[in-house]
Amino acid sequence: MKIEVNGETREITAAQLDAALAELGWGEAKVATALNGSFVPAGARSATTLSDGDRLEVLSAMQGG
Amino acid sequence: MRDFYGTTLPLPLMLGTARYPSPAVMEAAFRQSAAPVATVSLRREQGAGQAFWDMVRGLGVHLLPNTAGCHSAREAITTAQMAREYFDTNWIKLEVIGHADTLQPDPFGLVEAAEALCADGFEVFPYTTEDQVLAARLVDAGCRVLMPWGAPIGSGLGLNNLHGLRSLRAAFPDVAMVIDAGLGLPSHAAQALEMGFDAVLLNTAGAEAEDPVAMAEAFALACRAGALAAASGPMGQRDMAVPSTPVIGKAWL
Repeated sequence: MKIEVNGETREITAAQLDAALAELGWGEAKVATALNGSFVPAGARSATTLSDGDRLEVLSAMQGG
Repeated sequence: MRDFYGTTLPLPLMLGTARYPSPAVMEAAFRQSAAPVATVSLRREQGAGQAFWDMVRGLGVHLLPNTAGCHSAREAITTAQMAREYFDTNWIKLEVIGHADTLQPDPFGLVEAAEALCADGFEVFPYTTEDQVLAARLVDAGCRVLMPWGAPIGSGLGLNNLHGLRSLRAAFPDVAMVIDAGLGLPSHAAQALEMGFDAVLLNTAGAEAEDPVAMAEAFALACRAGALAAASGPMGQRDMAVPSTPVIGKAWL
């Protein structure tokens, strides 16, 4: 299916968020996730099913003021 | 003494982590100033996040994640939730920006987000103005810290509205307040602390100085001076001169 990951269209096969993160190369990375504008806690990723057209945000630490 | 949700700081100085010429300079600025709080952010992971996370964790300071760049309560709330998980802290510097040029807060979105986040167990540091009505709404929402601006973010103008800030400080004697945004010089920080504010937060004033490490130390010294002065009970001002040397005993020449 096609989903939008950090603003870019990506083709993935994984159906669950935790598997999708691994497929996208963030299996071991420390990240925070939001799906379609709502926070998805790390513990809920394996139970979160993705659908075609979903918007996924994968964030990590950045400099800030 | 006012604290920050139960945390007392050994130095009333919070530093941002952005805009330094290099990560090594940023680390040195923290070491040299002994600033006990660092503000951080969350952005789309593009590969640099993991290294930055290791570095800020290594600073050994309190982390204060922000919701910088959020223009709606909903955006800010989601960002705060992600930041709480990522940085493992209930602290959140809540920014809901209302205007692209002045970066002044959207007071309506700010109160909406503060209410939701306080109810959800966050310890909210709202970036606000000197407006007392807005301050009261934020306190009602559950905020025990306020972060009034000195001047627009990144402007370096110092404390733009002394009367407004003084009134705000006096109106909420139990609420810890951090002057956030707009500081340019250590004297601005000293002035804020002399006025009874509990800390200052700065980023650009240090990071964009020619020597950010020395400037961070200068701000640290100013913060110590300002806090010590505030605790020492400054004298009152008078309109007329009063001689400090005794008049009695002066020779008749």
